[in-house]
Amino acid sequence: MAEPTMADAPGPESAEFDAVVVGAGPAGSAAALALARAGRSVVMVERGPFPGSKNVYGGVVYGRVLDAIIPNWWEDVPVERWVVRRSTMMMTESQSLSIDYRTGAWGTAPYNGMTTVRSRFDTWLAAKATEAGARLLTSTVATGLLRDGDGRVVGVRTDRDHAELRSRVVVACDGVNSFLAKEAGLLPQSEASHYTLGVKEVLSLPREVIDERFGVQGHEGVDIEILGCTRGIPGGGFLYTNTDTVSVGVVASLPHLAEARIRPEELIADLKEHPSIAPYLRGSSLREYAAHLIPEGGYDTMPPLATDGMMLAGDSAAMTLAAGMWLEGVNFAIASGYAAGQAVDRAVASGDCTASGLASYRADLERQFVLVDHKRLRKAPALVLSDRVQQRYPGLLCDLAEGMFTVVNPAPKPGGLRVTRNAAAKHGVKLRELAADTLRGLRIFG
Amino acid sequence: MATVDFRVGARAHITVDSEVCRSCTTSACVTACPANLFAPTSDGGILFNYEECFECGTCYMVCNSEGAITWTYPDGGQGVVFHHG
Ligand SMILES: Cc1cc2nc3c(=O)[nH]c(=O)nc-3n(C[C@H](O)[C@H](O)[C@H](O)COP(=O)(O)OP(=O)(O)OC[C@H]3O[C@@H](n4cnc5c(N)ncnc54)[C@H](O)[C@@H]3O)c2cc1C
Ligand code: SF4
Ligand code: SF4
Repeated sequence: MAEPTMADAPGPESAEFDAVVVGAGPAGSAAALALARAGRSVVMVERGPFPGSKNVYGGVVYGRVLDAIIPNWWEDVPVERWVVRRSTMMMTESQSLSIDYRTGAWGTAPYNGMTTVRSRFDTWLAAKATEAGARLLTSTVATGLLRDGDGRVVGVRTDRDHAELRSRVVVACDGVNSFLAKEAGLLPQSEASHYTLGVKEVLSLPREVIDERFGVQGHEGVDIEILGCTRGIPGGGFLYTNTDTVSVGVVASLPHLAEARIRPEELIADLKEHPSIAPYLRGSSLREYAAHLIPEGGYDTMPPLATDGMMLAGDSAAMTLAAGMWLEGVNFAIASGYAAGQAVDRAVASGDCTASGLASYRADLERQFVLVDHKRLRKAPALVLSDRVQQRYPGLLCDLAEGMFTVVNPAPKPGGLRVTRNAAAKHGVKLRELAADTLRGLRIFG
Repeated sequence: MATVDFRVGARAHITVDSEVCRSCTTSACVTACPANLFAPTSDGGILFNYEECFECGTCYMVCNSEGAITWTYPDGGQGVVFHHG
C-alpha cells in the first residue's frame, strides 16, 4: 500500500489553511485581517449571503479601536452619522429625566462614535480582510467541528457541497449563539440568564426632520440610552439617529421576559408612545424590524478563550460590555478578533497550536481594554439589572427632579433631603439602600 | 413581516415537537419569540412555522423542555437578510 498522502492524513499536518475563521462579523473580519497581513492562509466562512446580513445591533460603533488597525479608517467607513450628543434617559410611564452631553469634539476626526448599519459596516470590514488576502466564502454554514484522534480541532464541516475545511486553527467568531463553542464544550448549550433579547425597529424619516428634531446638522448624530422603559423587566431601551432613519429598540433579560409573558414588540410600542420619545418619531414609517440576542453576563460568564486548535473571539466569547450607559460589542469584537488572529500567527510560527500555544491570546487581551474593562466592570451587569436600579430608581429619580423643579407656591420650597426622603419612600427604597447602592456604583464604575 | 427580507429555504431549520409541548407548563416561546411564530393549539400543543424567523435563538434559550425544539441555522444564504441591522 502506498504511503498515505498528506491530504488523507488526519491532524494539523494536512491543513489546507493556517486558519478557518467562522463568521464574517467584526470579530471574524478583524481576525482574518490580522492573519492575512501576517501572510497566513485564511478563509472566512459566513452563513449569510453577504457580511452583516444576519447581524443586528443598536447601533453605534466606537471606532477608536480601528485607529491602530486601519489608518484613517474614518475616510472610507460607511458612516451614517457621527455621534456628537449622548444622552441617558430615565423614565416612568409619564416622566423622564435626562443627562445630556454634547460636544463638537466628537464631530471631527478621529471621532468618538458613529451610527452605521451592519449590512454596510460588516461588508466594509470584511473587504479590508479580503483586500489583504483573506478568502471569504459567503452563503456557507460551518455545521460542525472536525477533530483528530486526540480530540484536537482541525477544521470545520460546511454545508457547501458538504465540503470540509481543514486548518491549523479554527477561530470561532460565530456570534452569540456560537454552536461551535457549544460543540467544543466551551459554552453551555443554553443558559438564558446570561442573555438579553434585543429588538429594534428602523423607522424612516426625512434627513432634515431628523436634523431638526434632534438638534443636529450635517453628519452629526445622537445616541439616547434609556432606563425604565421595560415594564420592570431587566433591560433598557435606545434611540439612535442614522442618516434618514432612526433606530428605536429595547433589550430585555430573556428569563424575565419569558416569565413576564410580555411580547417584545409591546415593549417597543410602549417606548415609541412615551411622551419624551413620540415627538421624535412622529410621521415615521417602519423600514425594518429585527431581533438578536446579546451576551450580557460579562466577565464572570466568559468561556475559556482557547482549546486545542480553536479559539473564540467577540460575542462567541461573551465579550459584549453591557453596563448601564454602555452597550459596546463591536469594538470588543474587533479588538479580540484582531488579537486572536495575531495569536494564531504566533502559534503557527512556533508550531504549537494547542491551547497552550494559543494562550498568548488571553494574555494579550488582559493588557488591552477588552479584558481590563470587563474585569473592572464584572459586577456592573448585576447592579444595572438589579431590581432597584431597574424598577425603583428611574421613578425615584424622576420624582426627585419633580420635587426639586415643581414650584409649590404659596407653600415654601421643600428641602432637598425631604424631597429625597419622600421620593425614596414612595418607591419603597430606604435611604440606607440608596446610600449602599450609590457606594456600590462608585466602587464598580469609579 | 412585510418589512423584512426573508429568503425562505425548503428545509425547516427549526422544528417543534408538539407532543413535548403538551406537557409544557410555561409556553415561554409563545410570547418571547420576537417574530411571533409559536401558536398554541386547542389541544395544548404548538403550531410552528419557520419561514419568517429572525434566527435569534430566543426560543431554544427560554424553552424549558428538553427535546421540544430542534434548532439549526438555515442553509447557507437562506433565511432572514437584514439590511438595516
Ligand atoms: C440589540 C443590540 C444592540 C446592540 N448595540 C450595540 C451598539 O450600539 N454598539 C456596539 O458596539 N455593540 C452593540 N451590540 C453588540 C454587537 O452587535 C455585538 O457585540 C457584535 O456584533 C459582535 O460581533 P461578532 O463578530 O462577535 O459577532 P456577530 O456580529 O454576531 O457575527 C457573527 C457572524 O458569524 C456568522 N455565523 C454564525 N454562525 C455561523 C456558522 N455556523 N457558519 C457560518 N457563519 C456563521 C453570522 O452570520 C455573523 O455574520 C448590540 C447588540 C444587539 C443585539
Ligand atoms: S417549545 Fe418549549 S417553551 Fe414552547 S411550548 Fe414547547 S416546550 Fe414549552
Ligand atoms: S429563533 Fe427567534 S425568531 Fe426564530 S423562532 Fe426562535 S425565537 Fe422566534
